[in-house]
Amino acid sequence: MVTTSDRQTAAEAVTAHERILTYAQALNEALREEMRRDPTVFVMGEDVAAWGGGGVFAVTRGLAEEFGTERVRDTPISEEAIVAVAVGAAASGSRPVAELMYVDFVGLAMEPLVNQAAKLRYMFGGKVSVPMVLRTQQGAGRGNAAQHSQSLEAWFCHVPGLKVVTPSTPADAKGLLVSAIRDDNPVVFLEHKLLYGTKGHVPAGAYTIPLGVADVKRPGRHITVVGVHMMVLKALQAADQLAEEGIELEVIDPRTLVPLDEATIVESVKKTGRLIVTHEAATRGGYGAEIVARVVELAFDYLDAPPVRVCAKDVPIPYSAVLEEAALPQVTDLVTAARALMHDEV
Amino acid sequence: MEGTGRTALAPGDRELPAERLLDAYRQMLTIRRFEERALDLYRAGEMRGSTHPYIGMEAVAVGVCLALEPDDYITSTHRGHGHTIAKGGDVRRMMAELLGRATGYSGGKGGSMHIADLDRKMLGANGIVGGGMGLATGAALTAKLQRTGAVAVCFFGDGALNQGILHEVSNLAAIWSLPVVFVCENNQYAMSAAAAWTIAGGDPAKRAAGYGIPGLTVDGMDVEAVERAARDLVDRARRGDGPSYLIATTYRFVGHHAGDPLNYRPKEEAEEWRARDPIRRLAERLLARGLATAAELAAIDSEVLAQIDDAVAFAKASPPPSVAQLLTDIYA
Ligand SMILES: Cc1ncc(C[n+]2csc(CCOP(=O)(O)OP(=O)(O)O)c2C)c(N)n1
Ligand SMILES: [Mg+2]
Repeated sequence: MVTTSDRQTAAEAVTAHERILTYAQALNEALREEMRRDPTVFVMGEDVAAWGGGGVFAVTRGLAEEFGTERVRDTPISEEAIVAVAVGAAASGSRPVAELMYVDFVGLAMEPLVNQAAKLRYMFGGKVSVPMVLRTQQGAGRGNAAQHSQSLEAWFCHVPGLKVVTPSTPADAKGLLVSAIRDDNPVVFLEHKLLYGTKGHVPAGAYTIPLGVADVKRPGRHITVVGVHMMVLKALQAADQLAEEGIELEVIDPRTLVPLDEATIVESVKKTGRLIVTHEAATRGGYGAEIVARVVELAFDYLDAPPVRVCAKDVPIPYSAVLEEAALPQVTDLVTAARALMHDEV
Repeated sequence: MEGTGRTALAPGDRELPAERLLDAYRQMLTIRRFEERALDLYRAGEMRGSTHPYIGMEAVAVGVCLALEPDDYITSTHRGHGHTIAKGGDVRRMMAELLGRATGYSGGKGGSMHIADLDRKMLGANGIVGGGMGLATGAALTAKLQRTGAVAVCFFGDGALNQGILHEVSNLAAIWSLPVVFVCENNQYAMSAAAAWTIAGGDPAKRAAGYGIPGLTVDGMDVEAVERAARDLVDRARRGDGPSYLIATTYRFVGHHAGDPLNYRPKEEAEEWRARDPIRRLAERLLARGLATAAELAAIDSEVLAQIDDAVAFAKASPPPSVAQLLTDIYA
């Protein structure tokens, strides 16, 4: 029997579904709601409080007003300390959400992330947890050049003990950030600088998207496309174009690279027989190679063609627009790769 | 001049000859006009990425580079246009790089934050705060090992004072007695982070004492004072007496970059600093000392403007890089 309050909740859910937020606003909501819920959650990083009322990408906007600068801490420019102190705070009862302004700066902070955060629990025989989130943003496309445009997800995926999250939509961003904050492990939460302004439906209130569950962003019969961040959006555009010529892409966003929902990917390839992996990170040693390897191991007999990587060239990201565009995988590259896969076959 | 360690010579002990002061004036003005134009171009959508203007800080780069020889190295920061100009760099090639053209310093591969001029021993602007510190110290090590007699100057901001690398290279340079001068441009802010709260102990020059090296503080709005202090420390390094800190007190008159909300600092504070404009100050001195007439200074101003116009025209007339260049320059 349906009660009034049930109906109200359902009605709310409908209106909630109509809420359109940007990716940045969705992340902001996740932080705000988790900080309200759990007093041990705090935020620290460069320019997270004072700059323009919260963060150069506005993700922490208004948080210092609500929670004070005790819990929303501007730091000096000291990336190693930001991450290392977060590890120590996490190991001693806090749930820090540390922020690096650009993923490129993580070079300065790899030690605490890789040798401390990722390994403390294992080395100490399971006696300690490191429930921290390292939020940062990556990606190219804005002319920020080689030291501010990298996509470094593969670095983190290679380190056992870290979880790695890469949302591509506002709704995923919120639900995954809530899960990351509640997770008892160190989570590297990678955002994309071009996604902050993108808009989408975001449910109100607390909800979580579990880490390790992929999302099929568009079903299709012919080619499985597994993309990261912006490449999910570009794959959807390519799918629109290819649909007109009768080629159907099944676009999968793994959403979390560690843990990886390989079942969803493998099931899809068993149906389509063809695989394209696509990311803005350089091709060589990229996470796409890992996905290809898993598919080859688990679904070799189902493959009708060799898997294809549509990823960035193996080059530092250049400044000039013509060069940057050529360095990155584009919609046209996906379309070309998909056509080649189909025509070789058919 | 205040601070710890050795005190630089008092003003008046060694005045620069008139023509060098006029050169300094021209360079400072070139930086100012270059940056103003770069901001215009950025706002007009002709530039990508970001641009960090050196406006207000001109006396620091120019004063320090006046104390250097052509073979001395410098390393720069994200706010690097002023350093390039002060080291004698080419505004045409720099403007072309800002506009992402094939004729730019890096052929369009680097942009504003990655301009280097190796012919002038300028080891590059840097997108990583503190990124130049190791590079400068390494250049000083080469100078020492190869006995070139060169000195390396590392420019960095107050924000970079809190990068761990500074501790490591300060110690290393001190124990190895390397010819490097660490020049901190304390413009009071690192984006929104005020030096007033980010620097423990308040006075960054005092940190030098911990390494047993000199740490001087100088008025970074006074190009002559900067030159004198820098010359003392550079000469010292060249003699083999090792590294030092020079903290230049200064201010950026405009936002961190074009998109800066500037909500974190009082407008009156900026007004106060603008009243100490290093370019106007030098102009007033040149006039007061009879080293230049108002007409001569006005002529320099129009020559500089013409030079910047020419640089923009050169850049705009230059082609973008060809896609064939994408995969060159990755390896030697
Ligand atoms: C390692 C690193 N951390 C953060 C940044 C982002 N960032 C660029 S400039 C800047 C402020 C630098 O302040 P300061 O060193 O005082 O130099 P200023 O901008 O004032 O000249 C920050 C935080 C960066 N580029 N590199
Ligand atoms: Mg500063």
